[in-house]
Amino acid sequence: MLGSRRFRARPRPPAYDPGRERRAEIRARELLRSVVGEEAFAMYAELGFIAVRPEGGEYGYLLYPHRSIVAFDGRSSDLLSEYCVGFPDTSDPGGGTRLPDSDDVLAKWMALRGDERRLIGDSNMHLPGRHVDPGQVRRDLHRLSQWEGRRRSEGGARRHESGRAAAQ
Amino acid sequence: MKPGHGDVLLAEGDIDLIADEERLVAEFRRQLEEGMWAAVPTSDAGGRHEALMVREFDEIPRDAARVIFFPRAAGG
Repeated sequence: MLGSRRFRARPRPPAYDPGRERRAEIRARELLRSVVGEEAFAMYAELGFIAVRPEGGEYGYLLYPHRSIVAFDGRSSDLLSEYCVGFPDTSDPGGGTRLPDSDDVLAKWMALRGDERRLIGDSNMHLPGRHVDPGQVRRDLHRLSQWEGRRRSEGGARRHESGRAAAQ
Repeated sequence: MKPGHGDVLLAEGDIDLIADEERLVAEFRRQLEEGMWAAVPTSDAGGRHEALMVREFDEIPRDAARVIFFPRAAGG
């Protein structure tokens, strides 16, 4: 769609609708998938968070919905700090201020990818364990490592298979 | 991105048409004046996905397909 541009965001919700949050989350998941790509979306769908590693890979962040961003050492996986940040929408208090879970993760992802310093500067930094259980984060880093290893081996097997098929 | 709703189309148009561009510029400014942040999703040929935060309409790449507005960050 070269040359055209679409702006997305917000309408006014009805006073009460029991299915509203669920539908909002479904929409938010599709938006997340379209922005972060299949790999990161699969990570979120299977693990419940997205890992972001800035250039160099010396450290990374775990992005959970509506929880602090957790920074970790890229080599040792030691926990470094927590960044408490939210994206409250106060424009229509009657409609709530809390984004759907997947929108919250996407907001963190875009802000970190687009302007890491600004997001970190706007957040409140704490030592690990202030809001997110360090034991849970360590387990999540272990699950992440296993998940990434599995994806690598599956990708390698797919490349191997396609190489054999191409050679036949 | 909106609480209780997810994403909603605010405006769309062809950046090469003056009337469309004026409408898009006006909506962009309105969103930022309401305190929203704006991001342009990007991806390269290798499948790497990124986001570009923009503060001015002119910072949006000419070939950008969409701009996403979301509430600005606040320390919790």
